[in-house]
Amino acid sequence: MANAPVQRPLSPHLQIYRLTLSMIMSGVHRITGLALCVGMVVLTWWLLAAATGQNAYATFEVFSTSWIGRLVLFGFSWALIHHLVGGIRYFIWDLGYGLEPEEREWLVLANLITPIILTVLLWAVLVMSGMR
Amino acid sequence: MSMRTPLGRVRGLGSSKTGTEDFWQQRLTAIASVPLTIAGVVLVISLTGRSYPAVKQILASPLVAVLMLLFVLATTWHMKIGVQVIIEDYVTDEKQKITLVMLNIFFAVAIGLACAYAILKLSFGV
Repeated sequence: MANAPVQRPLSPHLQIYRLTLSMIMSGVHRITGLALCVGMVVLTWWLLAAATGQNAYATFEVFSTSWIGRLVLFGFSWALIHHLVGGIRYFIWDLGYGLEPEEREWLVLANLITPIILTVLLWAVLVMSGMR
Repeated sequence: MSMRTPLGRVRGLGSSKTGTEDFWQQRLTAIASVPLTIAGVVLVISLTGRSYPAVKQILASPLVAVLMLLFVLATTWHMKIGVQVIIEDYVTDEKQKITLVMLNIFFAVAIGLACAYAILKLSFGV
């Protein structure tokens, strides 16, 4: 009785709706969150290297100053700032503000643009601070 | 045919009453992470271009160490919940799901413990 097949209608899924920026940015929040796991591995490596000694730290610096290391760290900093700003956006929504259609898309656009500016600013500061 | 009553069959199958625990903790750790991440970024800027002994000395100072420990605690717990939600959303096979949820917890605990150990070792200088 309990296992009898029941033909229930399925709720509409992604392909039914018109694609909006807020839908993409919801995915980007998750993807940046996953990317930050890789960032945490780099952070752990850095801290362990600093705690281990001069040679281990030098090995880390070989990575962090290489082009691939720079790319990873730049990506990490962008993902971190993007995820943080995105978190503030969700916090605003959790409090019940900014949920009207126009406000929503405006918030999402701000979430897309602000972190790019902040990341470039951060690296400008890092270069000015004498980044090797 | 079971002799159990309809009520007896469904008892204990409902909600576990802990459904909002992850939701609450995710927001708690998120809000904690905002000032701690800003502190972390300021730290990275101040460490840029410095030699190993200077970096070591700054990381060992109590204020920096405590802020770093708080950052690691908040972010690794946030990471554990966030990744688990993604696994639970997209992995439908029960065995795969449980395996991945387990591995995710191991990952978060390993990262958190390794960072905490490194910070404490730098602080105590042993």
